[in-house]
Amino acid sequence: MILYLLCFTLMLVGLYGILTKRDLIKIILSASIMGYATNLLLILFAYRNGSIFPILRKGVEIIPMVDPLPQALVLTSIVIELGTTALLVALALKLFQKYKTYDITKIRKLSG
Amino acid sequence: MPIETWLIFILSFMIIGSIVALEIKDILSAVIAVGVVGLGVSLSFIFLQAPDLAIVQFLFEIFALIIMVRAFVKKDYHQEEPSKVNKILIGITIITLLAILYFTASILNLLPEFGEPLMNTAQYYLNNGASDTGAANLVTSIILDYRAYDTLGEVTVLFTAILGALTVLRIKSKSHR
Amino acid sequence: MDNNSGMTIIVKTITRITVPIIILYGCYIIFHGHLTPGGGFAGGVIIALALLNVMIAFGREFTNNWLNINFLEKLESISATLFLVLGILGFLIGTTFLLNFISKGELFRLLSAGTIPVLNIIIGIKVAMSLFLVVWVLAGLKLDEGESL
Repeated sequence: MILYLLCFTLMLVGLYGILTKRDLIKIILSASIMGYATNLLLILFAYRNGSIFPILRKGVEIIPMVDPLPQALVLTSIVIELGTTALLVALALKLFQKYKTYDITKIRKLSG
Repeated sequence: MPIETWLIFILSFMIIGSIVALEIKDILSAVIAVGVVGLGVSLSFIFLQAPDLAIVQFLFEIFALIIMVRAFVKKDYHQEEPSKVNKILIGITIITLLAILYFTASILNLLPEFGEPLMNTAQYYLNNGASDTGAANLVTSIILDYRAYDTLGEVTVLFTAILGALTVLRIKSKSHR
Repeated sequence: MDNNSGMTIIVKTITRITVPIIILYGCYIIFHGHLTPGGGFAGGVIIALALLNVMIAFGREFTNNWLNINFLEKLESISATLFLVLGILGFLIGTTFLLNFISKGELFRLLSAGTIPVLNIIIGIKVAMSLFLVVWVLAGLKLDEGESL
């Protein structure tokens, strides 16, 4: 319970960064913090007490294993996050190349 | 020590790290602080018995750090001048987020307790995964056999994102010629 | 090859020794994806990081001569198409899309699990090429030239 709450707090910190910061790099960093928190929350749901990772080994009897389904989903999600981070950085660099600043309020003024 | 104590410690560390990353003036320090948060996520994946994810998250962190340091140019470009309206807006935002946290705390009671998941679907995968697909790593068997359609979508999204990045970055160089 | 671009001679010598080992490790992770932790995603990122290591140590100009960038771009698109072709093959041979139509083999062997190792290799190539290309293009962007549009 307290783990879920802490994880949700981490996501809210990321949301706070997206809403209030004006530096483009910090906005990208906040987006990645939100991604971390969501992935971690899904894996927290999957944990089962006293069980091991879901990989079979030779000569070991079947013992309780953790839920492999959220792990598969999060593995996909991490790679997509990497692609979107690359896209966001490319867009930010392109904006910087034109306006010579990372401050989003100044960029809005210049576009006019 | 039980696993929950370790996880609470790591999570508090990550929250402090992310607040430092957002509030610090120097942008290079902020990038490195977010790297620390990502390594904390990787460490918690090891505690939660997910070695696949720990490897991928660790590599992702290194890669994101390289990209972010590329975007960092000069300190002069990262100066924010504070204004009065900004402080009021920040206050309203914090109050709203705290309200969201308060209401969410009551909903989290409905979820299953930590360490006791439902596992209705996953039990089938655990029992029949090896005989159905022949792969010892059950996570891989889910990604590439049971739910390969998801992976096809993932490959498409990655392809589109990379294509977008390449296109955006190459517009200028074409118009120069 | 000129020694002026890139980093010092110490970094270049160590890079020459370590990069083949890193690429070998990435291939190991990809090929054993169905037996041990890892798989196409992790191995692909490792190979991309090894190529980036060469690019950072020797400079971008050296990488242009060493690797055929056009070929890498084609390889990326081809691997994305191969994934789709393998899915349609499952539809033609068997019953459903992305069916595991090769024989399963024996558990805990390298050559087992049907199409899963093949898909792992395809995903590894795809991830490695696309991530390397993004950073390669990002490194080539000149930020000082703006405002001439």
